[in-house]
Amino acid sequence: MIQYILKRLGMVIPTFIGVSILTFSLIHLIPGDPVTIMGGERGVSAEQRAEMEKTLGLDKPIIQQYLVYTGNVLKGDLGTSFVTREPVMDEFLTLFPATIELAFFAAVFAALVGLPLGILAAVKRGSVLDHTVMTISLTGYSMPIFWWGLLLILFMSIQLDLTPVSGRIDVMFWVDEVTGFMIIDAWLSGEEGAVASALHHLILPSVVLGTIPMAVIARMTRSSMLEVLGEDYIRTARAKGLSPIRVVMKHALRNALIPVITVIGLQIGTLLSGAILTETIFAWPGIGKWLIEAIGRRDYPVVQGGLLMIAVIIIITNLLVDLTYGVINPRVRHR
Amino acid sequence: MKKRLNLLAAATMAFGLATGAAAATKTFVYCSEASPEGFNPSFYTSGTSFDASSVTMFNRLVEFERGGTNIVPGLAESWDVSEDGKTYTFHLREGVKFHQRTDFRPSRNFNADDVLFSINRQLLEDHPYHSVSNQEYKYFGYMDMANIIDSIEKVDDMTVRFNLTKADATFLANMAMDFASIMSAEYGDAMMDAGTPEQVDKTPIGTGPFILAYYQKDSVVRYEAHNAYWEGRADIDRLVFSITPDASVRYAKLKKGECHHMPYPNPADIEQMKADDDINVMQSNGLNVGYLAFNTQKAPFDNQLVRQALNMATDKNAILDAVFQGAGEVAKNPIPPTMWSYNENVIDYDYNPEIAKKMLADAGYPDGFKTNIWAMPVQRPYNPNAKRMAELMQADWAKVGVEAEIVSYEWGEYLQRSKEGEHDTVLLGWTGDNGDPDNFLYVLLGCPAAESGGNRAFWCDNEFNSLLETAKVTADISERTKLYEEAQVIFKDQAPWITVAHSVVFEPMRKEVSGYKMSPFGKHDFYEVTLAD
Repeated sequence: MIQYILKRLGMVIPTFIGVSILTFSLIHLIPGDPVTIMGGERGVSAEQRAEMEKTLGLDKPIIQQYLVYTGNVLKGDLGTSFVTREPVMDEFLTLFPATIELAFFAAVFAALVGLPLGILAAVKRGSVLDHTVMTISLTGYSMPIFWWGLLLILFMSIQLDLTPVSGRIDVMFWVDEVTGFMIIDAWLSGEEGAVASALHHLILPSVVLGTIPMAVIARMTRSSMLEVLGEDYIRTARAKGLSPIRVVMKHALRNALIPVITVIGLQIGTLLSGAILTETIFAWPGIGKWLIEAIGRRDYPVVQGGLLMIAVIIIITNLLVDLTYGVINPRVRHR
Repeated sequence: MKKRLNLLAAATMAFGLATGAAAATKTFVYCSEASPEGFNPSFYTSGTSFDASSVTMFNRLVEFERGGTNIVPGLAESWDVSEDGKTYTFHLREGVKFHQRTDFRPSRNFNADDVLFSINRQLLEDHPYHSVSNQEYKYFGYMDMANIIDSIEKVDDMTVRFNLTKADATFLANMAMDFASIMSAEYGDAMMDAGTPEQVDKTPIGTGPFILAYYQKDSVVRYEAHNAYWEGRADIDRLVFSITPDASVRYAKLKKGECHHMPYPNPADIEQMKADDDINVMQSNGLNVGYLAFNTQKAPFDNQLVRQALNMATDKNAILDAVFQGAGEVAKNPIPPTMWSYNENVIDYDYNPEIAKKMLADAGYPDGFKTNIWAMPVQRPYNPNAKRMAELMQADWAKVGVEAEIVSYEWGEYLQRSKEGEHDTVLLGWTGDNGDPDNFLYVLLGCPAAESGGNRAFWCDNEFNSLLETAKVTADISERTKLYEEAQVIFKDQAPWITVAHSVVFEPMRKEVSGYKMSPFGKHDFYEVTLAD
C-alpha cells in the first residue's frame, strides 16, 4: 500500500515537468505581450517598456525565463502577479477556499440527487420514472450553465424571493477572513444569522455547478446498477428471499459503486479546478475566474502558477479516488 | 472594534435590509464590475481601481468638481501661477485629518510633507519609496510628469511650490488626476521604520471621505465613513463594493435590492430598467470618442479629397443604431461635447454617397480602390462592437466603389501594429484622462504623436499643431478655448479621421438613492449620496 502511494507520488514529478513546460510555452505562444496590453490605447514609450520589462523579468531570453521560473517553483515560489504584484501563491490561497467550499456543496448536491435517481431508474428500468430520470439527466448534462444560472436567479431570487442573487454572505455581515471558508468564518464571527446567510448564498451556485455532475452520476449509477442487477448472485440473493431493498442497497449497490466513485472523483477534480461560468454569474471569488482574467491580461506568473496548482489538485484527487476503491470494495487492494 | 462592528451588523439585521426600512447603520451597496488591482492609485490606470482608491479614500491638491471637469480647490485652498507659467505655488488647507487605523494613528494633520512625499515618490528615482511594492507609476509616466516637473519645494508647512521645466497649461488638470492623490508621509515613515513599507500601498490611509475597512479579492471591499472628513462626514455610514462581474446579475441584484447602484448595464436592459418603478436611470455623455483613422502616410489617404469623400460615404446614424443601440451619439469633433472648447459651429459631413463618388472621381479614383479597415477585437465604451462597425462601413464604402477588407488581430498585437502604421484605416478610440482638450487633440493628433504612433492617422498639420502648442503654454482659458476651436475647424476640413461616436453612459440606481452625480470621467463617487428611510 505504502509502496503504491510512493509509486504514484513518484509519477507526479514527470507530470509536473510536463505541465510546467506546457503552461509556460502555451502562454508565451499566445500573441500579445503584457506590457502592450497594460498600456492599452495610451501606448507605452520605449523607455517605459524597457523599465517594465525589467521589473517583470521579461527582458531575459525565454529559456532563461523558464529556468528562473522552474528554479523558483522548486523553492516553492510561484512568482508574483504582473498586475497586482502579489505573490501568486498568496492569491491562490485566498481564492482557493471559496472554490473548495462551492465544489464541496456542488458535489454533495450531485451525489445526493444523482445516486438515488440512478438507482431508482435502474430498479424501475423501462418505466416512466426511468425515462423521466434519463430525460432530466440528459437535459442537465446539456444545459448551458450561464443560461441555467441566470434562469434560476430570475426564478428563485427575483420571482419567488427564496434565495439571494449572488455573493457569499449578506453585506450586512462584516465577516473577516480567517480560514477563507465563509461558513467557518461566519461561525467564528459569532454574528447571529451569519452561518445561515452563508448557507443560503450557497444554494443556487451549488445547484448550478452540481447540475452536470449530478446528471453524469445518475447515468453512470443507472448503467452500473443495471449491469450488477443482472448478475447471478443477485438472483441468488433474491431467491434466498431477501427483501428487494436489501438486495439493491447491500448486494447490488456496493458492487456497482466502483465506476461511480471513479466518476465522482473525476468530477470533483474538475469542480476543484474552478468553475469559470458559475463563479462569474454568482460573483464567487474562486480560482476559475482568476485564471481566465490572467490569460486575458497575459499575467504569465498567475497562469503558470495557477495551472500548476490545479494539476497538483487533480493528481491528488485521482490518487485519493484510487485509494477509496479499497475501502468500498475489499477485493480491490493496492500493492 | 470588531465587537462594535458586530453590534452594528446585528442592529442593521434587526431592521431588515439597508435598502428597506429605517436602519441603524446606513449601508450603501455598490455592485462594482471587477476587483481593484490595488489601493494606491498612482500605480494603476483602470477606473475600477480608481473608484476603490482615489475616489473613495483620497484627495488631491486640486479636484475636478463633482459631476464636471472644472478644476476646484481640494487639499490646496488656493494657488498662484507665476507670470511665465513655470511656477505653481499651492496654499494648503488647514485642519485636514488623515484616516485613523487600529494599527496606525496619525499624530498630525495634513501638511506640505505629505505633498512632497506623494509626488516625489513618483518623481525621484532615489526616493526611499520609489521602488517599494515594485510597481510603475504608470499615469505619472503617461502624462509625462517627470519631464514637466523640475522640482518641488516646501516653502513652509502649509505652502508648496512646484517648479516646472516649461510652461504647461495642462499641469493643473494633471494634478487633479488620480495618480496625484495625497498619501500620509507620517504613515510612510512609520511603516518604513517597522520594516513593512508596502503596507502604505496595501492598506493606505488618505484624507478622503471613506476609510478602507476590509478587502477580499473578487468578493467585497468595505469602507467606513471618515468621521473627521474635512468636507463633512458622508451621510452613509458604510460603503460596500459588492464585486459582481456579470451585468445581468448586477441588474438582478439591483432589482432585488441587494445593491443600490450598478455601473455598466447591458444596453439591451436599459428600456426595462427605465420602466421599473424601483429604479432610476441616470445618463450622461462619456468623455470619449470612437473614430476611424486614415493612414495619411499611405496613398490614397494622403489625399484630403479621398478622406473627405469617405467621410461622406459613411452613414454614421445607421452605425449608431446598429452598434450602440441608443447608447451613443454621432461625433463631429474629436473631443466630446461635455468638454470645454468643444466647437458647436463645426459642420459635419453629410451622408451623401452620390457626392462622395464624384469626389473620388475628382481625386482620380473614378472606379474606387481597394483598402482595409482594421477592427478592434475588444469592446470599449467608445466602440462596443468594432467588427460590426467595420462591416457597416465596408458596405457603405462598397456603394462608392471602395472595396475594403476587414482585418483584426489580438488586442496587444493590434495596438502594436497600428502604432507602427501597418493599417490603411483603423478603428480606435480614446477616453479622456484629465478633462483637458489637449489630452485629446495633442495626444491623438499632434505632430509628436505622429512620430510616436499615438496619432494613428500619422497626420501632422503644422498649422493645427502650432495652435495646440500655443494653447499648451497659454494659461488663460478663454484664449485657449479660441485656439482649440480653431484647431477643430482645421481638423474637420483636413479629415484625418471619421469621427464616429461618443458613448452615452447609463447608471441605474435604486429609487431611494439621492444626491448622486455622474462623473464625466466615468468614476463613481458616493460621498454625497443619501439613502431615503
